[in-house]
This record gives sequence, C-alpha cells and structure tokens, in this order.
Amino acid sequence: MSDLLQDPMVLRSIIMDHYEYPRNHELSDDPTYMQRHMASESCIDDIIVQAKVSEKGIEDIRFDGVACTISTASTSIMSELLKGKSKEEAQRIIDQYFAMIDGSKYDEALLEEAVAFHTVGKQANRIKCATIGWNAMKEILAESEETK
Amino acid sequence: MIDIKQVRNDFPMLHGKQMQGCDLIYFDNAATTFKPNAVRDAIDYYYTDMTCNAHRGDYDLSYRVDSAYEGARTKIARFLHAQSKEIVFTSGASESLNLVAWGYRRKFVREGDIVLTSESEHASCVLPWMHVCQENGAILSFMKLDAHGRIDVEALKQMMSEKVKVIALAMITNVLGHEAPIKEICALAHAYGAIVVVDGAQSVPHMPINVTELDCDFLAFSGHKMCGPTGIGVLYGKYALLDAMEPLTFGGGSNARYDMCGNILLKNPPFKFESGTPNIEGVLGLGAAVDYLDAIGMEQIHAYELELHRYIIEALLKMDNIIVYNADAQSAIITFNVKGVFAQDGATYFNAHGIAVRSGLHCAKLLLDFLDTSATIRASLYFYNTKEEADRFLDVCAKANMQSCLDVYF
Repeated sequence: MSDLLQDPMVLRSIIMDHYEYPRNHELSDDPTYMQRHMASESCIDDIIVQAKVSEKGIEDIRFDGVACTISTASTSIMSELLKGKSKEEAQRIIDQYFAMIDGSKYDEALLEEAVAFHTVGKQANRIKCATIGWNAMKEILAESEETK
Repeated sequence: MIDIKQVRNDFPMLHGKQMQGCDLIYFDNAATTFKPNAVRDAIDYYYTDMTCNAHRGDYDLSYRVDSAYEGARTKIARFLHAQSKEIVFTSGASESLNLVAWGYRRKFVREGDIVLTSESEHASCVLPWMHVCQENGAILSFMKLDAHGRIDVEALKQMMSEKVKVIALAMITNVLGHEAPIKEICALAHAYGAIVVVDGAQSVPHMPINVTELDCDFLAFSGHKMCGPTGIGVLYGKYALLDAMEPLTFGGGSNARYDMCGNILLKNPPFKFESGTPNIEGVLGLGAAVDYLDAIGMEQIHAYELELHRYIIEALLKMDNIIVYNADAQSAIITFNVKGVFAQDGATYFNAHGIAVRSGLHCAKLLLDFLDTSATIRASLYFYNTKEEADRFLDVCAKANMQSCLDVYF
C-alpha cells in the first residue's frame, strides 16, 4: 500500500469529504434505472441505490437516503468508482472491495479511494455500513445479468 | 445510601470486562441490565436441586417448585402493591402489552371507539393497538406532546370523550425518559369509563411503584431490565379486568375442565393466561431479582440514579459539542448527539472507548418526527453505575467531534 493511503489523516479526510459532499447523491425519475432499497434491520441506514446498466456497462449510479458517515461515504465512493465501467470491470472491483473488507488479499490499485475503508473491521458492527451500497450494486448487477 | 462498591461485587459483568481494549462502561441499561449472582444462583438452584414441573405433580419435589413459583408471584405482587392473583407471567413487556390489546379487543373495543396513545411510545405499546384498531374499525389517536416532548394533560383532556375506551402509554418513555402523570391520567380516563394500560418497562426497574395508588388498570414490564433473566415479564391487571379478558393461548395448565363437545372451562386469572409449562427458571430468577432490588430499596435506587443523571446532564450542558434532548427528564435516560455527527457514528466512537451506548430510533419512530432529528444516542444508567464511570464518559464526550469519531476506524 502506498504511504499516502496508509496515513489515517488522508483516509479520514477522504471519508469526510464523501460524507459532507456525497457524489451522485440525487435519485433519477428515469424508469430505465434499476433500483435497490437497502434498509438495514439492525441499524438506522435506509438508502436507495439506482443504476443505469446497459450492454455498454454502467452508465450512471445514483443514491439517496438516511445514513451514517460510513455508509454514505462508502456508497458515494462506490458510485464514482463504478460509473463508466463495464459490467466485468465493475464486478472485479466489487470482488476486490469485499476481499479487502474480509481481510483477504486485494488489489489496492483497483479500489482507489475505497481503500479508506480497509480498517473498518476494527469496529465490527460497522462492516454492514461500509458494504450496504456495494451490496446494492452487486444485486443490481446480478439482476441485470438475469434479465439480459 | 447505596454502598455501590458492595453492590458492584454482586455483578460478574462489572468486573474485568473490556471492550476495544478499555474497561467496559455499560450505559445501555434501558435495553437490558446486568444480573447479580443471586439471580443466577436462583436459576442454578432450580436446575441443580429442584428440577420438575410446576402445578403438575403430587410429590414433594413438585410441591417445592410450586411453592417457589407462587412465592415469586407473591413477591412481585408485594413489590407493586398488588394482589398475587393480579400478576400474570408473560415473556416480557411486549407480550404483556399484546395480551391486553388482543385479550381486551373483542369485548371492549368496537368500531368507532377510540384508543389513545402518544407520539413518544415504544413500538410494543403502539403496534398491538394499531393492529387491533385496523381489525375492529376502531380509531387510534395520538395525543400531542408539549415543547419538551412530555405528555400534555391539558391536550389529553381536550381529546377525552365517551368514545375513548383505552389509553395506552409509558410511565417513563424510552427515548426521552419523561415521566407521565399516570395517576392524574387514570383519574381522567376513569371519569370517561376508559381504561389505562401502562408500559412500565422503563419505570418499574427504577422507582417505587404502587399500582393501587396509581389506580392504573394494567401495567406491563420485563424482567431483564430489572436484573432478572430474559424471557420473563409481567402483566399486572385489575382482577375484574383480567377475569373479563380472553387468553391468547389455550392448552394445558390454563383450563380447569373441557369436553369433546367443545365446552371449555378456563381456570381463574392469572392461571387462565399461563397455558403450557411456564418459564419456571425465569419466574424464580425474577423473584430473586425483586428480592435483590427490595433489599437495596427502590427509593434509594431512584434517588441515586437521579443524582447521577443530574451530575452527567449538568456537565454535558456545558459542552458546546453536545446536544442534549432531555435535560429536564427525571429518569436515568440521557438522550443526546455529538454536534454534526450522525448518531450511529457517535455510538461507534463511544464503543471505541469501551462505553456501551445505543444509537438509533429506539423503536419510537414517531417521536423522531417530533424531535426533528433522524437519530439520537441514548445513555441509560442503573444503580450500579458510578460517578467514576460518569467522569470517564464525560471525558470521552468532551473530545467527541467528527474527526475523533472517524479516527476510531484507523
């Protein structure tokens, strides 16, 4: 891991930046967007994730809802990272992200700012917050494969 | 005066427990409480020396269990200033509240009748009635709260009519910890022929309760929030009301006679509500918990908790980074947020310092519309918490901000 990304100050400011200024934080009325409502039973997070997925790949990702810092920032970073990627590329990045969360080996170059969550497991009860938006996207991608 | 050091010796969970490398401070007592050795011993004794069913056998061992089981009922009745036959054992406050709603609905709540509750109630107090009203065509109305989030008796008076059959509300609410004037509300309700169902989950563990003086019709509470085991609770009901109510479950133990033509003769209350083998270990454990609390004294417990509460609130009010939502609540519940920090992130920060507090909606979803915040942090005390714990908690509060709440991940 590069030195910059080992610096807690840098990682913290990445999370704060995405929490205070979440990207793609507005839902679309376009009915061609696929959608997942993620409401955790065990915590407060309640978000909607939308994605426009075509043969070309992931054209757009949006999200909104009531959520903590960790889920807002992780979903915001996910939306930036996966937007414009092919479905295969997106799936690879998602797999790497979950490998990182699980404490397995992962390719940090693929994850870019998402590495800010590499130590989220220190607060075990918050792993679900760091994965809620990513799980939504995983489900949307799986559904897009089924309905192809 | 409570000898806190002595008291703490009785609780294994208060010794040598750590969270995130810090000594554990447990401030989530509104969710559940720790158990003294006496409770564990009572349960242990039942399984080690007295195992057999209650109300079943014709032999000495069974007689002993029966006596212990009914003895616990008598203790709880005395604790509440009620009669033994008015004490029904349930799985907890939620089941108790459901038992009243479902057991009472057919005979007493009809189409067009009104059930009154408030915006600050726990889901277990509101949802059974919401369901019953939907089924019966009755109307569930919410009484207004005052600017502090307390029950407003004047507003309640405006809502009263002959149509109001039930008032369901908590004696102490679980989010803001305000005490409702139950005695006054009961007198008002009775003048209109309505009954009052009191959710005592947050009051019975913390203060002296006298149901005869309050004149409430029903009172529900859980054992595990008052040093007892999980899975056991109580419904107190005035005997005539219990007698008129239907049970939710039928089976062994609750019927006196039945025949194949469909005639069932139920036992008298409380036994008609207790079908099946009861939670014997739970009842014996709760009996031991009541003995334990009684020995300390509920007056003393209440006074000590208010003192500790006041100590913490006064310090929190001086901190610019903390918002307190219930500074004037006379209970052991402190509801607050760290300014600019989402409640769940705040609670994780406390976890990182070994302090157990709860974030969330605390099931009182309705109240959050009123409070104008999507979530809060709740610290809730019990008589075994100390001023030293309060000082460490306050120290952690003083350092709380967006940065420190995120630092706990790295």
